[in-house]
Amino acid sequence: MDTFIQQIINGLVLGSIYALVALGYTMVYGILGLINFAHGEVVMIGALTALTVIKLLANSGLPGVVVVLLGLLAAIPACMALGFTIERVAYRPLRHAPRLAPLITAIGVSIVLQQLAMIFWGRSYHAFPPILPTTGRDIGGAHIMDLQIVIVLLAAAIMAGLMLLINKTRLGRAMRATAENPQIAGLMGVNINTIISATFLIGSALAAVAGVMVSANYSIAHYHMGFILGLKAFTAAVLGGIGNLPGAMLGGVLLGLIESLGAGYVGDLTGGFLGSHYQDVFAFFVLILVLVFRPSGLMGEKVSERA
Amino acid sequence: MKTDKRKALLGMVLIGVALAVLPFLVGQGLGNSWVRVLDFALLYVMLALGLNIVVGFAGLLDLGYIAFYAVGAYLYALLASPHFGIHWPAWAILPLGAMVAAFFGILLGAPVLRLRGDYLAIVTLGFGEIIRIFINNLNAPVNITNGPQGISQIDPVRILNTPLSKPLDIFGLGVPSVYLYYYLFLLLALLVVFVSIRLEDSRIGRAWVAIREDEIAAKACGIDTRNVKLLAFAMGATFGGIAGGLFAAFQEFVSPESFGLMESIMVLCMVVLGGMGHIPGVILGGLLLAILPEALRHGAVPMQQAAFGKVLLDPESLRMLLFGLALIAVMLYRPAGLWPEARRKRELARPSPQPPSRGRG
Repeated sequence: MDTFIQQIINGLVLGSIYALVALGYTMVYGILGLINFAHGEVVMIGALTALTVIKLLANSGLPGVVVVLLGLLAAIPACMALGFTIERVAYRPLRHAPRLAPLITAIGVSIVLQQLAMIFWGRSYHAFPPILPTTGRDIGGAHIMDLQIVIVLLAAAIMAGLMLLINKTRLGRAMRATAENPQIAGLMGVNINTIISATFLIGSALAAVAGVMVSANYSIAHYHMGFILGLKAFTAAVLGGIGNLPGAMLGGVLLGLIESLGAGYVGDLTGGFLGSHYQDVFAFFVLILVLVFRPSGLMGEKVSERA
Repeated sequence: MKTDKRKALLGMVLIGVALAVLPFLVGQGLGNSWVRVLDFALLYVMLALGLNIVVGFAGLLDLGYIAFYAVGAYLYALLASPHFGIHWPAWAILPLGAMVAAFFGILLGAPVLRLRGDYLAIVTLGFGEIIRIFINNLNAPVNITNGPQGISQIDPVRILNTPLSKPLDIFGLGVPSVYLYYYLFLLLALLVVFVSIRLEDSRIGRAWVAIREDEIAAKACGIDTRNVKLLAFAMGATFGGIAGGLFAAFQEFVSPESFGLMESIMVLCMVVLGGMGHIPGVILGGLLLAILPEALRHGAVPMQQAAFGKVLLDPESLRMLLFGLALIAVMLYRPAGLWPEARRKRELARPSPQPPSRGRG
């Protein structure tokens, strides 16, 4: 039983991180209909930027929490600038191009960012300095770190804030209108370019937070971390129904739970035939199953057949 | 009319002669390692043409195409290596590999036919990853694929009992192995090109294009969209399976590393960069993306030494960096690809009446 609770908690932590990244994918997709393949790399840049600042300040005598917060404060603007630039350079000129063209530039941006990160930060893995308190508590035989609780609560708070922003503010209304129909929204006086830039800025800020969370939770960051994380987060977004914000959150948390429970129990279930390294198979298999039976994702609206 | 035909024939003969002497020119001028690059370029052309059927003709975005390449390669490796002690001839395995890959194509296609656009992309991507992870881990409890170490000592292709892996002695002239494989790959690549051209002009090819342009209209015209899409997956997979088998025989070694997502993306880039759905464009894309990175790798170190007096960036990362930048630049300035179809070019030249609405697939 304690393994079960432990895996649920691990899954929740992983899931909230996935959810934050998935929101970035799903917001961009909702408005532009574009898979922003470079989003995972934004997470990676956020993690490494924050880690650089944190390493610089690790021995400054400041409390660990403050240092991490400062790192986060450095990562968020860096990622926002990056996201803004990516949209301007690689996506905006291609808004009327064939659908696959922006996908290819996205892949190009992803490769370039990865290589630049490798040149700046090197090939090695960077360890997160042990400055955060490692206290925790025992619940039902499982050990939960305070850090994990903070991650889940912070992610939940950010997501609640985002929902407020989307549903209650003028900017949010403009974003929803643009997602519905860019042309009409433009006619109603919405500056579509501003809205699209805002979407990238918000998504990139979330990515920065997620990047710091990942590196703090797993105590590690490297130039190659964005790719698989982005892939998983995109899977989560599709699982929940891409373009749908609550869907991305649900998909992220579900994927996190599926992965950690799958990794924890797949060996027992198959009599040792499949080990925990089939974790990724599990995630993709569930995704395929969901899409076969609900092609628009768990919470996606039924998209009318458009040619 | 008659002179046109004669001109075309003359052109073909000239291209044929050029292709036939190319390895000798390249081998003499740049060294035999470049002939090896040519061999790989031909394999990539086959792959790109296979994916072109799925993405270019039928408009189904497939991000897991390399899985079929992996299936072909591993089938060859298992049936012609000391791993299981089975040594079938290549001529038996290659068609079998094509069939098994086609079966996997249908296996993938059947459940995902209802999905459109980007959902299809992510499911195919997941399928590709699943195949790779299974290959990577199927060494325990029963050792089937030998896991991450891969399978080595794979039998080469034999023609008339002569293995292509050893230099062939013709009138006292030793023809190295890479040249022999070049001719084999060239023949098969030409066959793939021929099949592609014939498919494009066929009833099925036109049905694929119709589905790409407007699936509902295609259905209304009486096209059995389900079977025709399945056929696209199966045909594309067939080419991938054959190329995979050849890859295994040529390398004499396969490991899961060769079949990652990056490879799928690479092949997709060849198709899109060259000009989706346009066979000469796709061939150009395949050749460029296979040869240019190698050229960058070889040119990077001497160029940096000349410019800065030392090596600032290791060639591998410089190669990828330039590759990424090239992808962005080409798409920004030629969004339809380097050598697009005439029809598509006209479509793009027209001011688009369509808004950038979502969900267009």
